[in-house]
Amino acid sequence: MAEQFQVNTEKRQETTILTPHGDIDMGVSPQFREALRTAQESHPRRLVVNMGGVGYMDSSGLATLVEAMKLTRGDGTRLVLCALSDRVKAIFEIARLEKYFTITGDLDAAVQA
Amino acid sequence: MTDHHVQHAGDDPGESAPDLTLHMRSSPRLLAGAREMVASLARRLGFDEVSACQVALAVDEALANVIRHGYERREDGPIDMLVWLLAPEGEPSAPPTGLKVVIEDQGRQVDPGLIKGRDLDDIRPGGLGVHIIREVMDEVRYEKRDAGGMRLTLVKRGGAVKDGGSPASDPPAEAAHGRGSVHG
Repeated sequence: MAEQFQVNTEKRQETTILTPHGDIDMGVSPQFREALRTAQESHPRRLVVNMGGVGYMDSSGLATLVEAMKLTRGDGTRLVLCALSDRVKAIFEIARLEKYFTITGDLDAAVQA
Repeated sequence: MTDHHVQHAGDDPGESAPDLTLHMRSSPRLLAGAREMVASLARRLGFDEVSACQVALAVDEALANVIRHGYERREDGPIDMLVWLLAPEGEPSAPPTGLKVVIEDQGRQVDPGLIKGRDLDDIRPGGLGVHIIREVMDEVRYEKRDAGGMRLTLVKRGGAVKDGGSPASDPPAEAAHGRGSVHG
């Protein structure tokens, strides 16, 4: 059963790390979008979304990340996604969007990307 | 009080009864339960984890489109999800290895010819649901229902891994790259 969705935020110098936990679908993507927008309000140099706690994501989550990509590009923030599960990675590939995002294998690589 | 059953009068005479039927409301909170039920069925039919997740994803996207477009985000619209277990083609008495999922609603009707995935080169939020559904399922068919609303038929075959092959390695269905259409 899907756990309750939540997003944790952590700041490390000029990097903000968002860590969503739980499935991302139409029901929770507004909460995910709000967390991304709030994080972007402080215009960090780097915004890392650690997807290690997301076991499932649909196109509403993908749309939220595309929106965040456009928002951060306009602000000069580097958006980095990391620790995608195979299932989440698959949806990026189906939508052929993986080439538009900076994606790293783990958080350590993401904060240096 | 809203009746959460889709009216079936006049639909598909002669169609065998589904193996499983789920009546639900058009609430995003119910998506997880619906997709996880389908994923669980797919795994038991022999789908590998990626393929089972793809079927669940297609069902999730289809239901989300009904909520978003058919009912314009109203949460009390009836949706029926009907599931048939499919035997391998040409082997009707063999154990089932595939799934047919039919999703019916009583929401806004749309010309099926206008339901297309958007151009993937147009990088923007939204509009990916129909593309994803067509990409991961073997058959996808939208129809207007005589009794009102829409019917979407999804088929995924070949759950069981045979002779070293995997359903996950099947070539993807042709993607629809439409323009000026209803996107999901």
